[in-house]
Amino acid sequence: MKKFLKNKLAVFGLIILVILILMGVFAQVIAPFDPDEIVESETLAPSIHHLFGTDDLGRDIFSRSLYGARISLTVGIVAVTIAIIIGTLIGALAGYYGGFFDTILMRFVDIMLAFPSIFLILAIQAMLTPNIYNVMVVIGLTSWMGVARLVRGEFLRIRELQYVEAARAIGCSDLRIIIRHILPNAQGPVIVAGTLGMAGAILTESALSFLGLGVQPPMASWGNMLMDAQAYMRDAPWMATIPGILIFVTVLSLYFVGEGLREALDVRS
Amino acid sequence: MRKYVFGRLLQLIPLLIGISLISFFVMHLAPGDPTALFIDPNVNPAELARVKANWGLDQPIYIQYGKWLFNAVKGDFGRSYITSQPVIAEIGERLPATLLLMISSMILTLLISIPIGVYSAVKKGSWFDNFFTVFSFAGMAIPSFWLGLMLMLLFSVQLDWLPAVGMFNPLMKHTHPLYRALDVVIHMILPLTTMTVLSLAGISRYQRAAMLEVLNQDFIKVARAKGLPERVVIFKHALRNALIPIVTILGLSLPDLFGGAFIIETVFAWPGMGRLGVQSIFQRNYPDIMGIVMLSAVLIILGNLLADMGYAIVDPRIRYEKISKK
Repeated sequence: MKKFLKNKLAVFGLIILVILILMGVFAQVIAPFDPDEIVESETLAPSIHHLFGTDDLGRDIFSRSLYGARISLTVGIVAVTIAIIIGTLIGALAGYYGGFFDTILMRFVDIMLAFPSIFLILAIQAMLTPNIYNVMVVIGLTSWMGVARLVRGEFLRIRELQYVEAARAIGCSDLRIIIRHILPNAQGPVIVAGTLGMAGAILTESALSFLGLGVQPPMASWGNMLMDAQAYMRDAPWMATIPGILIFVTVLSLYFVGEGLREALDVRS
Repeated sequence: MRKYVFGRLLQLIPLLIGISLISFFVMHLAPGDPTALFIDPNVNPAELARVKANWGLDQPIYIQYGKWLFNAVKGDFGRSYITSQPVIAEIGERLPATLLLMISSMILTLLISIPIGVYSAVKKGSWFDNFFTVFSFAGMAIPSFWLGLMLMLLFSVQLDWLPAVGMFNPLMKHTHPLYRALDVVIHMILPLTTMTVLSLAGISRYQRAAMLEVLNQDFIKVARAKGLPERVVIFKHALRNALIPIVTILGLSLPDLFGGAFIIETVFAWPGMGRLGVQSIFQRNYPDIMGIVMLSAVLIILGNLLADMGYAIVDPRIRYEKISKK
């Protein structure tokens, strides 16, 4: 903890993240306007009344950005949770049991890694009717491989340690050894991977929504705000600038926090 | 070495079958079918049935897959639903544009990132190093499509210096080939910059880490102790060894490069395979989607294999015969 607090970039990232989370959680309270309502004439430049200006339909971009924060962070957290659960499960089983089982699972990981994952995600999204829920699930289902490899590595290392042998000797079941004895010691890398993975998930969500295959309008997401902005580059450059900066700052903060955690938890990269 | 390569190539087969199975079933098990997009539902049912039969969509999915696999092995990936052209021809037409962009970006990335990485490592903790540390985080955090939009906003919309989209100016069609080549270069600047900034970050970080590791080793101390000039120590002793991991990283970054191509080509309307892929997805053009997935997968896997082989060639300490059994 102390080590983390000493890292200026990490603390800075954490502060920004807390602000963003608060923005998302209290979007209803903070937002001066209804995000989906047409409140002014179209494409007004930023001003006192509309901090970030208005978009092509006359909606308040500041209010939409606040709700967008809620969407992006939720997608990030849920997708990463799914990825961590699957990755940990597969990694733990492969690492603990090893042998043939391990080979099969790791070949499956290889297959998933050889896809350009964004293309797979796009294809799945286009086939389903895209909405915020399947965005989370699909991103989660296509991003667990890194965690699986990490957890497997940790398990391979830890299962040879003496205390695990001791646990086995006193008759602990495999399940108990995996969950109570090995998993807690493999936590560090997973936490770091989770933080960095959340950054990745937010980037993926924004790209999907930007292409029209993610969060669907009128629900505001930073990505689909950018999609709308493309046609108004000349008349309303703020439409293209602001959501992008928000994505960038969010992802950057997550990276800083992730690297800070890596150092603090002493995880090798 | 030969045995190792052969073994790796054999592994390609189950890998590709796995990939094709997953993609095929994901597409075909999704509700609805592609005919809905092209054919007016009020058209007479016999006509609809004829089209479905023509595309083989009336058969059970495992038979469809079997047929696809059988033909794919012979090199026939079917015909596009949209243009009725063979998929191979469709992709072949667009692949050069994608490769031009990707290879140029890779070369540019290496040319820029190696010096940055080396200098950051040598001057660890200097303002240069700190600047590029932050810069590389920024490079990883920036959404590719947004970087593209911003470059477009600045250089095409505001300054009007560069074309925003496409690969050719139609007005230049009948001019001297040299002018046309120049035209392509001009169109390429923005997408190339976008792509390069994105991969620059990771690779220069790796180069820095690799260099730092080598600089800490004993043989560098020996080289310094025997009084070699710093220039020789850095470039002849350290850099040579620090370049080895970069070969692997290049291979490993291929999926990202392809993923980036899908989005960047779409943003800049670059007429390559990535844009075709995204269009095919929107049009539910199954044969094209399958073709592109398979081709990307083959290129990614071969890229990794080449990287591993390159590793063995540049580093004589590694010999695969011994460890290929692990």
